[in-house]
Amino acid sequence: MTKVIKGKAFVLGDNIDTDQIIPAKYLAYNPSDATERKFFGMYAMDGVPAGQSGLPFGDVRFVRPNEFKSDFSIVIGGKNFGCGSSREHAPLAIAEAGASCVVAEFYARIFFRNSVNGGYVVPFETGERLVELIKTGDELEIDVGKGEMKNVTQGGRVHKLKPLGDVAPIIDAGGVFEYAKESGMMAR
Amino acid sequence: MPGMTITEKILAKHAKRDSVVPGENIWVDVDVLMTHDVCGPGTIGIFHKEFGRNAKVWDRNKVVIIPDHYIFTADEKCHRNIQILRDFVKEQDLPFYYDPEFVSMNPGKPNPYLDPTKTKYKGVCHKALPEEGHIRPGEIMLGTDSHTCTAGAFGMFATGVGNSDAAFTLGTGKTWLKVPPTMKFTFHGQIPPYLTAKDLILAVIGDISVSGATYKSMYFAGEGIGSLTLEDRMTLTNMAIEAGGKNGVCDVDEKTLNYVRARSRIKTWEVYTDDKNAAYDYEGDYDLSIMEPMVAKPHSPDNKDTAHNVRDVKLDQAYIGSCTGGKITDMIMAANILKGQQVKIPTYVVPGSTEVHADMKRFNLRGVLKGPNEKSVEDILSDAGCSMGASGCSACLGGPADTFGRLNRSEVCISTTNRNFPGRMGSMSAAVFLASPLTVAASALTGHITDPREFITSPIETGMAGVK
Repeated sequence: MTKVIKGKAFVLGDNIDTDQIIPAKYLAYNPSDATERKFFGMYAMDGVPAGQSGLPFGDVRFVRPNEFKSDFSIVIGGKNFGCGSSREHAPLAIAEAGASCVVAEFYARIFFRNSVNGGYVVPFETGERLVELIKTGDELEIDVGKGEMKNVTQGGRVHKLKPLGDVAPIIDAGGVFEYAKESGMMAR
Repeated sequence: MPGMTITEKILAKHAKRDSVVPGENIWVDVDVLMTHDVCGPGTIGIFHKEFGRNAKVWDRNKVVIIPDHYIFTADEKCHRNIQILRDFVKEQDLPFYYDPEFVSMNPGKPNPYLDPTKTKYKGVCHKALPEEGHIRPGEIMLGTDSHTCTAGAFGMFATGVGNSDAAFTLGTGKTWLKVPPTMKFTFHGQIPPYLTAKDLILAVIGDISVSGATYKSMYFAGEGIGSLTLEDRMTLTNMAIEAGGKNGVCDVDEKTLNYVRARSRIKTWEVYTDDKNAAYDYEGDYDLSIMEPMVAKPHSPDNKDTAHNVRDVKLDQAYIGSCTGGKITDMIMAANILKGQQVKIPTYVVPGSTEVHADMKRFNLRGVLKGPNEKSVEDILSDAGCSMGASGCSACLGGPADTFGRLNRSEVCISTTNRNFPGRMGSMSAAVFLASPLTVAASALTGHITDPREFITSPIETGMAGVK
């Protein structure tokens, strides 16, 4: 994992479910097909209601129409991020759009696990209600080693991130398969 | 030292340990791995990439593949995804695959099966798994679908996973789990005729919120659960995920054992019970005699209210189907309300499985084999003006634009399904109320949300339906 993550914030609210992150009608694309996989980037966050997409003002698309990549690389969420279905397409879509991490108060279990196992996005947790402190478009800098996130746009205001804990070695390895290979559980 | 819960005992056994405590990370052996047409192709792709193009699954008798999500659609990628499953089944020589043989790579919408007893296709995986004998008490099942937790109704540990987890298990037969603490929900009294398990679980989710059981096990206990049919218990455990639960579980009783003895492909299993001194993270008590028919208002399963309180809500559509509300007992409940009357709004009926569909043709209103001049459950629903669909997930999760029953406009729908997130059943501007099959049927008759007590005069018998 890179030690410093820099990028623009895309801010969402509480209980962002996986139907909002990638609506079911796009699940016919096969994520194992390199050409089709790109479309998960195009449609990432397509199901978030317009007024709640890119807080505090809303009406900001995560990915512009007909583009594959987002201008935003750090997603800020509230409580219970990624609830609902077990579709691994959800963290995959966020990563495919070019974002590298999510910072939320806490996650739904399967989304958290999928994010880590597939090495898609780093699911950071924080004790702060960032949804009300950070604006979509703010320039952020995460220092992974220090467990801190700096808001450059807001005069360098610092937010503490919780330690990644048990899953840190899997994230460092780049996913559950790399971890299993490094630790000798799976043949290389 | 505190005693252990059912979930802790199952996990300890599969980790080859005497005991486990909540919070521990453990490696366990998996008994059943299930996937379907939406997550199968991605899982298979990761399996081939990580274990090699010539790799074999860890145990071909423990892999179950049930296409159910996008079956009756003209979307060519959906047809292609079924073909990916078929190719994998052939490559691995897997015995447990339930093929929609009427789906081909030809353009256009496939014609549904003509006779539900003459197709290998089943329909919704969570309903088909027990029917086909893949579910037993005491085992561990993983599935690439969040509602895999449904099988906890049979006293097993079952939970939803993503493609990477599933691919890892396909190759190794193992997975890592964090042992969840258990929340205990005790139901006192007997289920009254106007309530179903749907009302119970909507009340629980409304009380603890959509994240109230995150990372936790939900144990449904008490004589009230014993009074539910086995199918209704599946509705309870099905929606554990809607509170964020890792799994939901019920005690095993004679109803469970009758079913498993008749169906299971393996004739041995272990029944676990909570120790008297088991430790719980939370305890909630519910009195069935004072509970009311519930709804979850848009756009969250925890946005609870009573059906009575929202009686002024006008509806555009009703939907009876899914793993939650498309079982044969759900159909009998709805038919008893709709019998001899006409629905006021478009009402879509989707059987949860081809077995449910077959049962709808052979059972009468009391869940008994119908006589030659008697109406079947299907006849009654059809005569009442319902649109009848073929088995599968259908509009529960929206799906491709040509999906049966999908909400394509800013419509208000009352549904027996399990999720009412924004856009879940199709259009982003639609609004979905979740309710029991009784409440949905009563509302279909009036065109506004209706407490089923206005229509129920005596207990509804479901007889032999869904029993063996």
